[in-house]
Amino acid sequence: MQGLLAWVPLLPLIGFLTLVAFPLFNRHEPSQRTVACIGVGSIGIAALFTAIVAISVFWKNPSEIVNIALWQWMLVDNLELGFNFYIDWLTLVMLMVITGVGFLIHLYSVGYMREDADFRRYFAYLNLFVCAMLILVMADNLVLLYLGWEGVGLCSYLLIGFWYKEPANGAAAQKAFIVTRIGDTAMAIGLFLLFYEFSTLNIPQLTAAIDGPDINNEVVTVACLLLLGGAVGKSAQLPLQTWLPDAMAGPTPVSALIHAATMVTAGVYLIARMHPLYLLSETAMTTVAFVGALTLLLAGFSAIAQSDIKRVLAYSTISQIGYMFLALGVGAWSGAIFHLITHAFFKALLFLSAGSVILSLHHEQNIFSMGGLYRKIPLTFICFTIGCACLAALPFTSGFYSKDHILLSAWEFHQGINILWLAGILGALVTGIYSFRVLFLVFLGREGSASSHCNDANTPVMTIPLCILALLAMIGGLLAPPLQAVFGSRPDEDHSAWIEGVAIAMPLIGLAIAWKLFIYQKKSGEKRSSIMQFWFSGWGFDWLYEHLLVKPFKSLAKINHNDIIDNLYKGTAALSRQLNALLSSSQNGQVRWYLATFAVGSVLFLALLVAL
Amino acid sequence: MTLLAIIIILFAGGLLAWLAERYFQAGGRWISLISLLFTTVLLTNYSSFITSTEAITDNTWWDSLKIPWIPRFGIDFYLAIDGLSFLMLSLTIAMGIFGLIMTWNDIQFRRGFFYFNYLWTLAGVAGVFTAIDLFLFFFFWEVMLIPMLFLIAVWGYERRIYAAIKFFIFTQASSLLMLIAIVGLAYIHYINSGQLTFNYNILLEAQVPSDIAYWLMLGFFIAFIVKLPALPFHTWLPDAHTQAPTAGSILLAAILLKTGAYGLLRFNLPLFPESSILFAPVAMTIGALSVIYGAMLAFAQNDMKRLVAYSSVSHMGFVLLGLYALDTIAIQGAVMQMIAHGLSTAALFALVGALQHRLHTRDMQQLGGVWSKLPKLSAVALFFAVASLGLPGLGNFVAEFTVLVGSFRSNHWLTALAAIGLIGAALYALIMMQRVFFGKLNKRLEKPIQESNTADLNVRETGALLVVAALLVLIGLHPQPIFNISDKTVQMSVNKIESALSFQKFPPKISPLQVHSSRVEPTSIEDNTP
Amino acid sequence: MPIETAPGLEAGVLLASILFCLGLAGLMMRRNVIFMLMSVEICTNAAALMFVVAGAHWGNADGQVMFIFVVTLAAAEVAIALALVLQFYHRKHTVDIDQLNELRG
Repeated sequence: MQGLLAWVPLLPLIGFLTLVAFPLFNRHEPSQRTVACIGVGSIGIAALFTAIVAISVFWKNPSEIVNIALWQWMLVDNLELGFNFYIDWLTLVMLMVITGVGFLIHLYSVGYMREDADFRRYFAYLNLFVCAMLILVMADNLVLLYLGWEGVGLCSYLLIGFWYKEPANGAAAQKAFIVTRIGDTAMAIGLFLLFYEFSTLNIPQLTAAIDGPDINNEVVTVACLLLLGGAVGKSAQLPLQTWLPDAMAGPTPVSALIHAATMVTAGVYLIARMHPLYLLSETAMTTVAFVGALTLLLAGFSAIAQSDIKRVLAYSTISQIGYMFLALGVGAWSGAIFHLITHAFFKALLFLSAGSVILSLHHEQNIFSMGGLYRKIPLTFICFTIGCACLAALPFTSGFYSKDHILLSAWEFHQGINILWLAGILGALVTGIYSFRVLFLVFLGREGSASSHCNDANTPVMTIPLCILALLAMIGGLLAPPLQAVFGSRPDEDHSAWIEGVAIAMPLIGLAIAWKLFIYQKKSGEKRSSIMQFWFSGWGFDWLYEHLLVKPFKSLAKINHNDIIDNLYKGTAALSRQLNALLSSSQNGQVRWYLATFAVGSVLFLALLVAL
Repeated sequence: MTLLAIIIILFAGGLLAWLAERYFQAGGRWISLISLLFTTVLLTNYSSFITSTEAITDNTWWDSLKIPWIPRFGIDFYLAIDGLSFLMLSLTIAMGIFGLIMTWNDIQFRRGFFYFNYLWTLAGVAGVFTAIDLFLFFFFWEVMLIPMLFLIAVWGYERRIYAAIKFFIFTQASSLLMLIAIVGLAYIHYINSGQLTFNYNILLEAQVPSDIAYWLMLGFFIAFIVKLPALPFHTWLPDAHTQAPTAGSILLAAILLKTGAYGLLRFNLPLFPESSILFAPVAMTIGALSVIYGAMLAFAQNDMKRLVAYSSVSHMGFVLLGLYALDTIAIQGAVMQMIAHGLSTAALFALVGALQHRLHTRDMQQLGGVWSKLPKLSAVALFFAVASLGLPGLGNFVAEFTVLVGSFRSNHWLTALAAIGLIGAALYALIMMQRVFFGKLNKRLEKPIQESNTADLNVRETGALLVVAALLVLIGLHPQPIFNISDKTVQMSVNKIESALSFQKFPPKISPLQVHSSRVEPTSIEDNTP
Repeated sequence: MPIETAPGLEAGVLLASILFCLGLAGLMMRRNVIFMLMSVEICTNAAALMFVVAGAHWGNADGQVMFIFVVTLAAAEVAIALALVLQFYHRKHTVDIDQLNELRG
């Protein structure tokens, strides 16, 4: 039964290989039906396998750990890495999210991409992504995790730039890859440091080694911060968050799968997985918490100012992952993972609904051109509303339970009012504002310029995933996974009612503000106050990096385009040429000149002889 | 005997190919292919050594052949093969076949002479990888140079003469230094022991005064890093790579550069362990700087071939870094990098060649949006670009990762600096993909595409490229066999260095005697010099 | 042993030197090939004179033997040189040596 788990990442890989190898054996493109069967089927079976194992093995025994050793990857000196999988409840939760939500999004994609000529390429990338993501979460050592980590980065790059003919998409894809690569490099250095200190990169061994005596806390802190660098890059947190809004250039289901539900939460998974390490370092924990708090606020305010429906969702993703980091930073590991799960449900739902909107409006993404759509695409409207409610954490939605958990943990962490908790509360208010703002602007209020030619583009293959996700988003709050075996259990504490009250009230206030401000807002929308403009640009981070890093680097590269070092050799060559010209000018062919120099030379030579 | 047979087959094959072209059209390439396949068959003789786990023989060498050549000067025709040589030899022949197949129809004039030079270069390289007599090594070192020079100068692109001369001067000047170092080493050994020999095995035990050893080491070092190439001796490479015909670029990138790295590992480290320890920080700095500098220059290029060429500088920087980390993991990684870089860069050059063959340009300002016209070629290029930026799961990652893990143990900051090269690799690889394959179809390409009825990769090319791609995946997922094969050679170098290190740290108590004996040496030099 | 009745070594050497310098000066200053040839003749003869003077001074016949050699050499040289000059004139229609600079670097 446990052996089925090895098939889980293998199936998408087989799907990918089949789709890629198609033109080798067949002159014609395969039909969409074939591609869909392979692409969606492989993930579906993987999801099925995961479910079977979850029920048969893990359900009975939450502390079950499954090790699957495939083969020896590297064994050099004392560097020993296996291509091995390690599955505990944390992994299992991730597996279920990836395969489950992944399957739904694959299914939805069949409808969404039906008119695209590159149908096969799309599903090949998507399958490869799922495979890499599964390896990431199943890896039993950090290098294998890094393999998945970079693999998902590559797929993200490929899928953001999927419509490659538009140069802007390519630029966004490159930005995504390179910005995350900066984080990845920090993470790689972190791995080197961990190996240097502990002589192993195997996760269970690492966490075991930490219990040992004489642990150098400074090294652990540095390593944790470097790993955090990787997590920050992949999860689009401050200061490497700039790539995610641009990443919305990809097809919308991709945004749902990669840039909302799974890949961007890999950073959260990494820190949760390495939590024994972080527990050793107060500095690292505080940094994680503050990164999260700062990011959730910054991204939240940016989301208020956006005009592109997908960018709103992108900033909201950054903000929600900020909550997860906040949770990690205060040691609420299971809270972070719980929010990760519910977020995967409702954010996938939001993105897929947004995709339906976009498709129905013939690829219009500006929310100021929309409005009053609830009559034309009611199902999408319902799904989007559920998603928004979850996002804003209205009571009894899934988002409420998980976010509440985080806020309470932040409160507990310092036993009272503190900056982190305040940031979380303020963030909840902001979340309420931006999520209902987009709902009102798109579905309610006056009709916009694009609303008139809206055709419901939903096909059954799209509505089914939407409905399932809507259901999951509603009841997801009841699905808190039993992660005590991984993270240890925490004592429950009683909280005074007013803390709960504040947490419930904030989104509602946000809803009210959004109603007041945006329900009948003029559709011009382009005139923004300067603060809105600043938020719109994502707090000027792009501008800053452009001027601080990109431009200097580019101009430096341009200056050195011809390789300055080569001038050394070119100079040597030129010097020899000059000397040659000098000497050859004495070789002028004049016999009398030769004779004269000869005579002078002889006289000098004789003089020299005499003098000596 | 097998070793001699391999080299002779390559030399003879070259001559035959030249002759055959006079009588049959395309005779040259068939003969080249057959002789290369024949050497492959011969190489399988050693398969028993691969499968057998280590420690089956105490002997360092799997196989050797020793024929007196110039006995008066103690020069033997001495070939031998061990794990490292075997890996390099396999890479040489595999990439020889790959280059041949990828450029099957490329050569339009003087074909016989082309294949003659092609095979002689390969023969020279095969000699370099198996020669154990230092003089013989130098001989082959020169042999591989001349035919390569012709390949660039005769069949190259626009500025081929300039590139060929530059290539020649750099390598020739540096190999002169190596010759001096070889003769110096043999001479000092002769003074000390009274035995004149160029035999590597014997010279390993040579007692060389440390200051002289340092200079000799530098002589070898410069010769090897010019070939590698590393900063600041890398400038011949972009020109030579860019101007060489596709097959020549493949040979240069996949094989010739490796002779430098091979030399460092085979000769520099074991022959001069003390000096290498002293010099290691400098060499590692050079390596790390090469990584960054190469990546940055690659990013700045417009010419696709130049971009790939500078990426080679960057990748080979990792090799230098790894070798001079003087750490088992790092050196193993360096060996792996030699192989992985050979495969990925050769494929990239082949792809640029294929692209130029079809579109008649490799200027990235004239390219763009090629994916829509040549999807297969573009997809394969994507694979190799991604391999070259070090995506985990492919060979280059295993190599770079092990190099960095290992060198981190000996120098934190330089390793961190080199790791920044990973970002640089992403920059240049992606900018190449973006500028050539993605985006809108460049208007300047519409005409050539229409006129030449450009076809995508054909079966021959696809097959060759897919085999290389599969090898990269295999190395990336299961590199252990290669680590095992090279283990013994690497261990030998590391042991040498470790014993030198322990000698430095804990000089044995008999050290006064050692000092005494080294004091005696100068007088003996004076005695013998007249 | 030197012979006392000789007219004086100094005078002979001086004469030879002056002759040689004249020839050299002529070589350097004249552009006409014929005159340069004549200057060369003067130089060789100065050298030959030097042999004779030295031979007389040391009472050794070798100097006179050398003189014969020099004269023969000069004759041969003139024969070849004149032929060359003829060719030169034939091609360039001039006897100006400065026109003959095709071997310049």
